[in-house]
Amino acid sequence: MGKLLQPGQAGTIESNDIIVTVAPAAEDGIVIELTSPVIKQYGNRIREVIADTLVSLGVTQAFVQANDKGALDCTIRARVQTAVARALQEGGI
Amino acid sequence: MFAPGNNPGKLQNAGVYGADSVIFDLEDAVAITEKDAARHLVYNAIKSINYPCEVAVRINHIQTPFGRDDLRVVLPAKPDLIRLPKAESAEEIRMIDEIISQAELDNGFEPGSIKIGAAIETAIGLRQAYEIATASKRMTFLAIGGEDFVADLKTSRSKEGRELFVPRSELLLAARAAGIQAIDSVFSDVNDEEGFIEEALMIKGLGFDGKSVINPRQVRLVHKVFEPTEKEIAQAKRILAAYQEALDKKSGVIALDGKMIDGPIVTRAERVLAYAAALKR
Repeated sequence: MGKLLQPGQAGTIESNDIIVTVAPAAEDGIVIELTSPVIKQYGNRIREVIADTLVSLGVTQAFVQANDKGALDCTIRARVQTAVARALQEGGI
Repeated sequence: MFAPGNNPGKLQNAGVYGADSVIFDLEDAVAITEKDAARHLVYNAIKSINYPCEVAVRINHIQTPFGRDDLRVVLPAKPDLIRLPKAESAEEIRMIDEIISQAELDNGFEPGSIKIGAAIETAIGLRQAYEIATASKRMTFLAIGGEDFVADLKTSRSKEGRELFVPRSELLLAARAAGIQAIDSVFSDVNDEEGFIEEALMIKGLGFDGKSVINPRQVRLVHKVFEPTEKEIAQAKRILAAYQEALDKKSGVIALDGKMIDGPIVTRAERVLAYAAALKR
């Protein structure tokens, strides 16, 4: 896979959730723009879970916007998986 | 206890309320546009969170476009049980059984370890209840889906539940004939504790093994209704002790306090102690 062809989004802005948008990127690599109330304590961890999930799905080139509301790792993984699946479907988002 | 499949907060906390089984719902509680997201969320929750109780997933009907996708995504997480809504034929159960068997093989799970439960929500389903209950060795319960059933009967739900008396009784007979559990419908008004307890007492009296709930507050109420009293537990222990003593002495007739004890009384006493033990856990 490697490259996304269109944007895909999943999640909500409810507490314990995270809204993730993945979009095609112009350059190689994964760029993550993160907003979170716990960014100081868990920012690195959230980025790591997002990046690891993308790589496990074969995505190595993407621009990610994530608005975290205190999601657990399992929720972050789920939202990234859905966003990528949607980005690969016809029509996206 | 049902928890909506696309709500991370409710999924992550579902195990803390003391329910015997949590049911992650991919069906009615999930909007049609979010079915994919709910599947991923439920899969990851089951994989990562250590729930202290049985974990079930209510899939969309197997003959909708979503049912098979639900199974494909969630089975590798190894839920304890798959709950089918609106079951109407043994064939549907056999289809699910086959998909589960394949998933167990593919993922190296013990064959037969993932169970099935079916909710009967229509008159057609009720006519097939025994066949549904015996369609697979994985079947562990029949449940009645009250709201849909009442709609199918073209009536509305009364507080006394008159309209569901026959369906509940028939469902119970089918479950008992098949040797599996019977689980009652949810009670939707979470603020009506008195009504909930009345209904729970009624279905316990009919012989049901438990009740589905939609709110954590109702878990405690069901347990209160099904929990044997100290007196019942003490009496059950005495009955079983007398029975054991008679067996040891090879005595044919068993009596306790001047009353004869026979098979059904022993079975009832065992059931009382089984409930007491289950609730202590």
